[in-house]
Amino acid sequence: MNYNWNWGIFFEQSPEGTGSYADMLLSGLVWTIVTALCAWVIAFAVGSVIGVLRTLPSRAAQAIGNAYVELFRNIPLLVQMFLWYFVLPEMLPESWGTWLKQLPNAPFYTAVVCLGFFTASRVAEQVRAGIQALPRGQRMAGTALGLTTAQTYRYVLLPNAYRIILPPLTSEFLNNLKNTSVALTIGLLELTARARAMQEFSFQVFEAFTAATIIYIVINLLVVAVAGLIERRVAVPGR
Amino acid sequence: MRLRSLLPVLLAGLAASAGTASAQDLTGTLKKIKETGQITLGYRDSSVPFSYLDNNQKPVGFAMDICYKIVDAVKADLKLDKLEVKLNPVTSATRIPLIANGTVDLECGSTTNNVDRQKQVAFTNTHFLTANRFVAKKSSGLTKFEDLKGKTVVSTSGTTNIKMINEYNAEKKLGITILPAKDHAEAFLMVETGRAVAFVMDDVLLASLAASSKEPTAYAISTDALSKPEPYGIMLRKDDAPFKKVVDAATAAFYKSAESGPTYDKWFMKPIPPRDINLNLPMSDALKGAFAKPSDSPDPAAY
Amino acid sequence: MFSNFDFSVILNSWRYLFFDGMAFTLTLTALAAVGGVVLGTLIAMMRLSSVPVLPQIAKVYVNFMRSLPLVLVIFWFYFLVPYIGQWIIGAERPIQVGAFSSSLITFTLFEAAYFSEIMRAGIQSIPKGQGAAASALGLTYWQSMGSVILPQAFRNMLPVLLTQTIVLFQDTSLVYVLSITDFLGAASKIAQRDGRLVEMYLFAAVVYFAVCFIASLLVRRLQRRVAIIR
Repeated sequence: MNYNWNWGIFFEQSPEGTGSYADMLLSGLVWTIVTALCAWVIAFAVGSVIGVLRTLPSRAAQAIGNAYVELFRNIPLLVQMFLWYFVLPEMLPESWGTWLKQLPNAPFYTAVVCLGFFTASRVAEQVRAGIQALPRGQRMAGTALGLTTAQTYRYVLLPNAYRIILPPLTSEFLNNLKNTSVALTIGLLELTARARAMQEFSFQVFEAFTAATIIYIVINLLVVAVAGLIERRVAVPGR
Repeated sequence: MRLRSLLPVLLAGLAASAGTASAQDLTGTLKKIKETGQITLGYRDSSVPFSYLDNNQKPVGFAMDICYKIVDAVKADLKLDKLEVKLNPVTSATRIPLIANGTVDLECGSTTNNVDRQKQVAFTNTHFLTANRFVAKKSSGLTKFEDLKGKTVVSTSGTTNIKMINEYNAEKKLGITILPAKDHAEAFLMVETGRAVAFVMDDVLLASLAASSKEPTAYAISTDALSKPEPYGIMLRKDDAPFKKVVDAATAAFYKSAESGPTYDKWFMKPIPPRDINLNLPMSDALKGAFAKPSDSPDPAAY
Repeated sequence: MFSNFDFSVILNSWRYLFFDGMAFTLTLTALAAVGGVVLGTLIAMMRLSSVPVLPQIAKVYVNFMRSLPLVLVIFWFYFLVPYIGQWIIGAERPIQVGAFSSSLITFTLFEAAYFSEIMRAGIQSIPKGQGAAASALGLTYWQSMGSVILPQAFRNMLPVLLTQTIVLFQDTSLVYVLSITDFLGAASKIAQRDGRLVEMYLFAAVVYFAVCFIASLLVRRLQRRVAIIR
């Protein structure tokens, strides 16, 4: 194979002067994790609200919930990324747009918001499915106990629904983590972007991508392990 | 790994393209071209006026013209009746791996020829010389690299320019935020839309992008440069001496011929597509020298 | 709000957007979906096989692919496929693979991991007794798979397979990172050339939305008609 292997490359200085190529990849890993976690906070909060809306008796609430999910599921993530990054500032009043564009770390905030709302549509699907999978008696029992609708959701339905959907939520979290790489198109310096930059600076394509691949697999295994722990912690005893 | 399990799928696709004709004395790229009757040129989206897309989204430019001269020479050298030219888009980030892995045979664009890259790929004779500067909106008042302190700038990923601005930033501790963009047009857009205050790139590309923007007079190019004028070359695979010999001979003959001047003028002194803008960049003395005595040296001091 | 916008850029470029860009996107989606389902089915069969090691290989493959971001996989394959080809056919140099073939191989191999999970569920949805009955009738493994199990599994899983194909259609937009002219690539090239990115990106979003939304409505309709066979 006509390729000069050099596995020592990770310990060589990167041209950014902030350390070795290994440090460069690790800084990318930090951005990947921070972006994924921040986006997940939005996704979980918004997704739960939208998911609940879709299970309420109100037709209007259902319509809003459904519209949200259809909108965010039927446009490719990359296009959504461009809409938030390039299109949104031009649609706002000029002073707001300028402020938005000159935010330090604009790619990071954009990526968090974009991924958050995108993943929310998927979380909403799971939350809805989780609530609908519960026996109808639970809702009725809540009402019979004199709980309001909000209280029924807060104390009866949601705690049970989240337990059921923990495995699919884990896989949505992993998708969210992988999707942070799409933000490299708007300049976020996450792990895939750093691996690519390393390839460009050092020309060691396969070493750089191999390292990124291994890191992704390790994070996946860790997340799956942690999710398993949580699952056992929150399991309802005796079921 | 589990590559063996992919075998049947890949084989099916490849059997057709592998080719079986034998060409005895030839090796490397020339042999492949002879066998397949095809040569693949890599082109760029927005390296104006070297290699970019015209109104019909067809790749055109100064480097493309040079590449077609090389194609003619290869065809004559191999005594082929017909040589099919395939075009493959490349970006600054993908061009070197794609040359190395055989996806493209010649990269026709604006690739700086330097010592680092020569460890991975080869270059033919220099077709332009350009220095690393930045473009910014005039209204920003940025004229020198020091002015970029603490600001957000953009450069194209995979270029020597982004590497240099990173090194400069680290050395002078200026705290510049450097965004990587996929290609020059995208990077210029970042400045146009205010996402970054400046775009760090080869001055000739900056001048062309500014000239073809919506408001050419709104932009100014920095007064200082991060590098001496560095050579651009057409890229080809390394360690392929017979192919390089043909390519070098073709470019040398073209640069020395009476045709090179008018071809240069066609792209730099006359209106060019897509919007009939005239770049008005007369040939520098250094480039005249490089055309009179073609060279593939990566050393800026050689010109 | 739209006073500065010029939507004529879309009228001027629609032929390029659809005949070059969308044609690429649709061809890639269709071929990768077919390839992905075929390969995915084979992987699912490996996963459920009783032959030692085969299930483990299939599992490692699926989990491996599913833990990587598609963007990274696209870069990997664009650079690596020519070397793999060289290694397989024992050529003296990396074989030449164009942008389209490379994307096709990437998406086929990547989506196969996802399709295989669907097909696995499909095969498992068929009662074990049917396989037993088939072998009692003297059918070989391949005969019983080919004429008893798989046709039903396909039928049961068709809506899910099609939904995954819609996801695949959206995922193909990521070839943008290689400067390939798919629908989004074409839109962004026009956007950047004419400085009209607001109009072009909005238009791209509307087109993607329309295609995916209509397709998903059709899938839902189909879902109601195709009853699960048990």
